[in-house]
Amino acid sequence: MLKRFWNGLERTRNRFWEHLRTLLGKPGRLTDADIEDLEEVLIGADFGVGLTFRLIEQIRSVEKAGSGGDWMAAARSVVLEELGPKPQMPTMQATPTVVFLVGVNGAGKTTTAAKLAWRYKNEGKAVLLAACDTFRAGAIEQLRVWRERLGISMVEGAYRADPASVLFEAIAKAREERSDMLIVDTAGRLHTKRNLMAELEKMVRVAGRAVPGAPHHTWLVLDANTGGNAIQQARQFHQSLGLTGLIVTKMDGTSKGGALVSIQKELGLPVLWIGLGEAFEDLEAFDPQQFAEALFPTMEKESVRDAAVD
Amino acid sequence: MFDALGEKLQKTFRNLRGRGKLSESNISQAMREIRLALLEADVNFRVARDFVATTQAKCIGQEVLNSITPGQQVVKIVHDELIALMSGEGKDQALNLPGGMATVLMVGLHGSGKTTTTGKLAKRLIAEGRKPMLVACDVYRPAAIDQLETLGQEVGAPVYSDRATQDVVAIAAAARKVALQQECNVLLVDTAGRLHIDDELIDELVRLRDKLKPHEILLVADAATGQEAVSIAERFDKALGVTGVVLTRLDGDARGGAALSMRAVTGKPIKLVGVGEKLDALDVFHPDRLVSRLLGMGDVVSLVEKAQAVVDEKQAMDLEQKLLTQQLDLEDFLNQLRQLRRMGSLEQIMGMLPGMGNVKGMAVDESELTRIEAIILSMTPQERKQPNILNPSRRRRVAAGSGTNVVQVNQLINRFNQMKKMMKKMGKLQKQMARMGGRMPGGMPKGMRFR
Repeated sequence: MLKRFWNGLERTRNRFWEHLRTLLGKPGRLTDADIEDLEEVLIGADFGVGLTFRLIEQIRSVEKAGSGGDWMAAARSVVLEELGPKPQMPTMQATPTVVFLVGVNGAGKTTTAAKLAWRYKNEGKAVLLAACDTFRAGAIEQLRVWRERLGISMVEGAYRADPASVLFEAIAKAREERSDMLIVDTAGRLHTKRNLMAELEKMVRVAGRAVPGAPHHTWLVLDANTGGNAIQQARQFHQSLGLTGLIVTKMDGTSKGGALVSIQKELGLPVLWIGLGEAFEDLEAFDPQQFAEALFPTMEKESVRDAAVD
Repeated sequence: MFDALGEKLQKTFRNLRGRGKLSESNISQAMREIRLALLEADVNFRVARDFVATTQAKCIGQEVLNSITPGQQVVKIVHDELIALMSGEGKDQALNLPGGMATVLMVGLHGSGKTTTTGKLAKRLIAEGRKPMLVACDVYRPAAIDQLETLGQEVGAPVYSDRATQDVVAIAAAARKVALQQECNVLLVDTAGRLHIDDELIDELVRLRDKLKPHEILLVADAATGQEAVSIAERFDKALGVTGVVLTRLDGDARGGAALSMRAVTGKPIKLVGVGEKLDALDVFHPDRLVSRLLGMGDVVSLVEKAQAVVDEKQAMDLEQKLLTQQLDLEDFLNQLRQLRRMGSLEQIMGMLPGMGNVKGMAVDESELTRIEAIILSMTPQERKQPNILNPSRRRRVAAGSGTNVVQVNQLINRFNQMKKMMKKMGKLQKQMARMGGRMPGGMPKGMRFR
């Protein structure tokens, strides 16, 4: 897994590395100009202005303390501190355990639903899919294609049908088939649309009435390319639905998903999964240690200087 | 007008009051604030840095006008510079679609909204009298063809697809033939997205481009894109030579810094913006509105325009007269309410008000308006004209008729009375001002008076 993650983030790292190496190559203290460069590197990773300043403060204080300029370690520890320990993997809490996937349009909910289904199926769980995106043209067909490739069952309604009614049916079927897990794909919606958020709230109520404690997990699917708006999305979905975790998709590009750090810090929502590619197996459990490590690689200082000299 | 950023800058300029010219030292602190504001709006850091550097040079030596504060003066310069940057030569925002057969290639990352935008564009072109055909060249994403076919059906445009092959160039070539037979005159080609821009994708798009020789290559991108916007735009532009950008999901609360980033690195105009889920929610791009949004200043222009579109001029004059003479009744109140609702959802309207950017998440309860409407509609015409005749028995009847309760009816009447009181004060104020021979300071923008 480390290797896959590492490869996925290679591009990210290379770019970081270029910047960091030029900084490290210079002898002596970090100048103001260096710090400004560093600021831009962090902002360039979508860490956001606030977090970037905090990181820089840390790095500054390490520098002032004269710790030999190992500010990479400081940056790593700050990121890790923001992210906290590796999150507990989601557990099966009931039969069926109901999982909601929510997010803005185009974040990758439907693909993620398929990836999750694949993963839990491989763990020997009986998984049922609920195609509750009855709005976007082609959404049901898209999930149907995945379902056929996976060989699992799925409940779908007609387009324009009330998604809550599809959900209700899906829960009945999950009960009947004794499914371990019901994965609910919902229509994408902007977090600013009050009525669409209310539609989701209704689905949560319907699930809760049918299965006590459901939805057991409500995960926000987030595009790693998203900038500062990611925190707004998370805040609003969290306020409406009470999220239990995040899934960050499209992490295999040059995108760094730096916004996830602020979200985790502000809302205390763990990043559970990251999407690293287009295949079923390209969904990995998120490991903060590896994330921090990939951004600010540990290296002996000597070899860093050597690399810079080369 | 320039509230959020202006206030911040005001603090940095506190010691500057009364001085004649902006000097280098007092500008540079302000420029840092500007840069941070741009970064917070997701403008790429390189773009923000370059922009600030050029703008700083322009600010130095400018006279501080007496009428406004230095902070606002700087924001004004920044505002104008941003608009200049975003509009470029101005004319290039229109789609270049010659008669005969015009071709548009839609490109972009996964989930940016290509297929939906293709459908919206078809609808727009049909309204302009063109005859578009949609071509399904996204042969990889499951059900992308189904999606395009559904959209085609909804907007009433033919869709060409071939599920038997993955050769997109062959599909496009065949589509053109069919389009000619069916006397279509615009070919809208939907292509596959990728998670990132790989050589395979670019190669496929280049072959499509070389075969089709499109008049427009539109890069579709999410308005909420962060710092990556620059590399996305750079890579697509370098490989294909895009002719313009379509910014999607601008109806959310993303600040839209990506637009500035993409414009700055490619020099290509933003041609269209997606502003909703419905198929007619595709708008031309207004640089000034986006700039206001970037700087957190609200979108007053759009608001005024919307108001003008739905408000009947004569009705408004009557209302103004009534307001000033305090003859406002519940019938007028109802009319107002309906006009407001015709302007769009309350949330949309709130989002356009300056200073409201931060409270956007505030729950605006549309059903409250429905309830008020119901209550007024349950009153007799006489009660609407003279709300003071509403005694407890009448109130009970109105409550029963509107499916509400007496408390809610009382609330409405109280609110209405408060509003009347407020209007009375404003009327007095205006009379006073008229006596002093002055108009309202600065005057209100046309179409904004008491509406």
